Amino acid sequence: MKRLWRWLIPLAAVPVLALLAYGFRVSPRDIPSPLVGRPAPAFTLATLGGAPLDLAAYRGKVVVVNFWASWCYPACYEEAPVLERNWRGYRDRGVVVMGVGIQDKREAAEKFVGDLGLTFPVAQDLKGTVSVDYGVYGVPETFFVDRQGRIRLKHVGAVTDEVFQTTVDRLLAEAPAQ
Amino acid sequence: MSADLGYGMTLVALALAVYGGIAAGVGARSGRLALVESAQHAAVGVFVLVTSCFALLTYAFLTFDFSIRYVATNTNLGTPFYYRITAVWGALEGSIILWSWMLALYTIILIVRHREGARELYPWALATMLGILAFFLLVMTVAAPPFQRQVPVPPDGRGLNPLLEDTGMITHPVALYLGFTGFTVPFAFAMAALITGRIGDTWLVLTRRWTIVAWYFLSLGLLIGGWWSYHVLGWGGYWAWDPVENAAFMPWLTGTAFLHSVMIQERRRMLRLWNISLVILTFGLTLFGTFLTRSGVIASVHAFTQGSIGILFLGFLALVLLTALGLVAWRWDAFRSEGELDSVVSRESAFLLNNVLLVAAAFTVFFGTVFPLLSEAVRGEKVSVGAPFFNQVNVPLFLSLVFLMGVGPLIAWRRASVDNLKRNFLWPIALGIVAAAVAFALGVRSFLASLTFATTVFVAATIAVDFIRATRARLRVGESLFPAMGGLLLRHNRRYGGFVVHLGILIIALGVMGSHAWSVQTETTLHRGETAELAGYRFRFDGLTAVEESNHFKVIGAFTVSNGRPLGVLRPAKKFYPQEQAPIAYVDYRLGLREDLYLVLGDFARDGSQATIKLQVNRLVSWIWIGGVVLTLGALLAILPERHKSA
Amino acid sequence: MSRLVVAWLATLMLLGATVHFATAQSSKAVSETTVHDVAAQLRCVVCQNLSVADSPSEMASQMRAIIRERLAAGESPADVQRYFVDRYGEWILLSPPRRGFNLLVWLLPLVAVVVGLAVTAALVWRWSHRPRAARAMPVVDPAMSERIRRELERES
Repeated sequence: MKRLWRWLIPLAAVPVLALLAYGFRVSPRDIPSPLVGRPAPAFTLATLGGAPLDLAAYRGKVVVVNFWASWCYPACYEEAPVLERNWRGYRDRGVVVMGVGIQDKREAAEKFVGDLGLTFPVAQDLKGTVSVDYGVYGVPETFFVDRQGRIRLKHVGAVTDEVFQTTVDRLLAEAPAQ
Repeated sequence: MSADLGYGMTLVALALAVYGGIAAGVGARSGRLALVESAQHAAVGVFVLVTSCFALLTYAFLTFDFSIRYVATNTNLGTPFYYRITAVWGALEGSIILWSWMLALYTIILIVRHREGARELYPWALATMLGILAFFLLVMTVAAPPFQRQVPVPPDGRGLNPLLEDTGMITHPVALYLGFTGFTVPFAFAMAALITGRIGDTWLVLTRRWTIVAWYFLSLGLLIGGWWSYHVLGWGGYWAWDPVENAAFMPWLTGTAFLHSVMIQERRRMLRLWNISLVILTFGLTLFGTFLTRSGVIASVHAFTQGSIGILFLGFLALVLLTALGLVAWRWDAFRSEGELDSVVSRESAFLLNNVLLVAAAFTVFFGTVFPLLSEAVRGEKVSVGAPFFNQVNVPLFLSLVFLMGVGPLIAWRRASVDNLKRNFLWPIALGIVAAAVAFALGVRSFLASLTFATTVFVAATIAVDFIRATRARLRVGESLFPAMGGLLLRHNRRYGGFVVHLGILIIALGVMGSHAWSVQTETTLHRGETAELAGYRFRFDGLTAVEESNHFKVIGAFTVSNGRPLGVLRPAKKFYPQEQAPIAYVDYRLGLREDLYLVLGDFARDGSQATIKLQVNRLVSWIWIGGVVLTLGALLAILPERHKSA
Repeated sequence: MSRLVVAWLATLMLLGATVHFATAQSSKAVSETTVHDVAAQLRCVVCQNLSVADSPSEMASQMRAIIRERLAAGESPADVQRYFVDRYGEWILLSPPRRGFNLLVWLLPLVAVVVGLAVTAALVWRWSHRPRAARAMPVVDPAMSERIRRELERES
């Protein structure tokens, strides 16, 4: 029996190797947000056109808050048409899409919006307070806020038609708590 | 065409390596020398082929051959000449070629040096080397082929990562890899020892110089990496406890432990199992390092990864660890200990303590590095383990090790008498206490800083005591001063080389302490003409200039510095590369013995009317580089072939 | 806060960093040192493994500004830290908080050292108390002992 104890030495390597193998299944950049399920932090910004953009004003509607930047290539450029398309499709159903640009010069932001023909309200978070408030650690990130103003989903990376529509449909189906 | 030629050569090299490994193994087993010799020829063939691949790739870089994908991704028409050469190893595929080339080179040197001297061990060591080489060639063929075609051929390449356009880029990877691959040879001999059952001193004596050389290059690589981080990356620090940095540091720690425990085995024939395990651990950690860098499993600044390569490396790491440790378990009985110690108070004990602390430090760094992964696996929570943790936990360990540096070399082997202790340590301890008092008198109130200072003075005093005493003995015999000192260094070069290395570590320790305890920084926004003050220096913002370079656009801020007397103008800049998403900070600094001035340009107004600047006054950082130079000189001294065997 | 941090803070303050903060009109003067210390505990979210204090990125710069603002508004460093943890999770702290599962990473190194020392001590004990064959003291002639003395002198 004593002879077998020595084989613990090579066996000791196995849990370490298993842990490293587990590492392949997770991405170190995939950080779960503690804000899901909590009220979406309020903010008041100004759109590129100058109009005020206040999150609180949209209480009662389903709000999709998208954080982007003009230097975020290619993801932000891929998802912008998706957002625009779905904005046009859902705007009459009580859904608002809004874009918050971070770390961009004004001209770059305006060029982005102009080139991609975005018609939903877009503002710039020049000081970064809103993006930190939302726990943003990269772009693009999209938050889906329900009618009670709670964040229900955070999507990291370019948003797709499927993600958008499934989530928004689900949130729209919930009865407004009044 | 050259892409196909390169790929073909890689395939042939792989085949030769596989053949050579098997031939050497079979030849060793059956005693057929002809097979071992053909394995040697295969090794030479591999070296020639890998060298040719390297040359071919370099040529492709120099001639802007964008038909090769690796060239197109890592260089463009604006890349300056010398960076085109260093870009060869600037990314994943090139790093594998560099590694393979070094392995092949070391294999040739092994053949030349050891084929006569170590009849039993040599064939198995050769087989192991060729086997490992075969793996890296496999990676080169399958997962990271450097000669992949780029179709259609683009008119211009993407360009080198701007952070790599630096002299550090030439030396840091080369030194680091020479260190990593250098540890393969001791490992190969350890495997040979286990397989043949000759686990005595032969394999140890053969690999001693290899170990010091590998350790030297690894130390060099780490130091250059720190220097590169300090003057390129723009964050004002030299070590971030980044996972890949840790991965290079861990084999250094265990390698240092091995260098010391080897001396116990040489003198007392003890710790054979421990030494073999240390070598296996060190080599395993070098593989772990390459795995971390290339798998993306743990987030890191250094990671340059894609695809299946991580799985290959993990698989190989598993194979190596299970085989090597399995061999240890198989040969367990042969390690019956002849250990014998005369007294707890002895050099043997000091070295054992040294090993415990070094391996504990390596374990700490390892566990801290993988803990985020463990936390996620066990409870699904992501945590970060960064610099504050590593600094806090490692400082007591390192400080104890520094203290041991003073004790170890002077305390007697076997049994240290009270007399011996008094003679060697009275003065140093006294001086250490005096140093602490002096620090207190000078206004130092940090306990840690005083302790570090006192410990380094203690160790320096022990080195001085030894050197003075030995020189005096020679003077008494009639030699004059300088020949006496020089003769000492050369004749006992291992011992005094070690002392010089310790001296280097002391200087580094003081530099680290100074930079942590006494550095100051601030961040502020200045309008043109406004001045900021920090630590007695005044910085006046003079304005911005824009410059167009061959492959980037640069905005330079001019800051006039004075501290009573004018000290010149510092020009930190922001470099905008078309292929990069964010601008790269170009730091400007003024180095000094006591303190460095360090400026990083932040945000700025387009018209140059204002700029945000991060100012740092870093204290004693230059001592780290000076200590590094001293350390490498000491290592070189220790590597010299010995003139006379002194007991 | 740990003793280390307190010691270093004390040192920094005593050695007197002359800091001139040029811009912000803040309601309460915030020392850059404090901002730096808070920022040094937070992970820069867009870099890998750098602290918010160290990182040259724009995001880190904005985060430092937020820290500065909050401290100026009267929040304590602990409050500011909690704010960030609320938004990003524990991940944003560069040093895992010493609670629960995280205690493992803090304690295991200590355990490793203790175990290592204990095993070494046990081995040293065993080796130094091994019964040894009695050795007869050899008779040494004076010339030999003179050579030995000289060798010993050179050795030490």
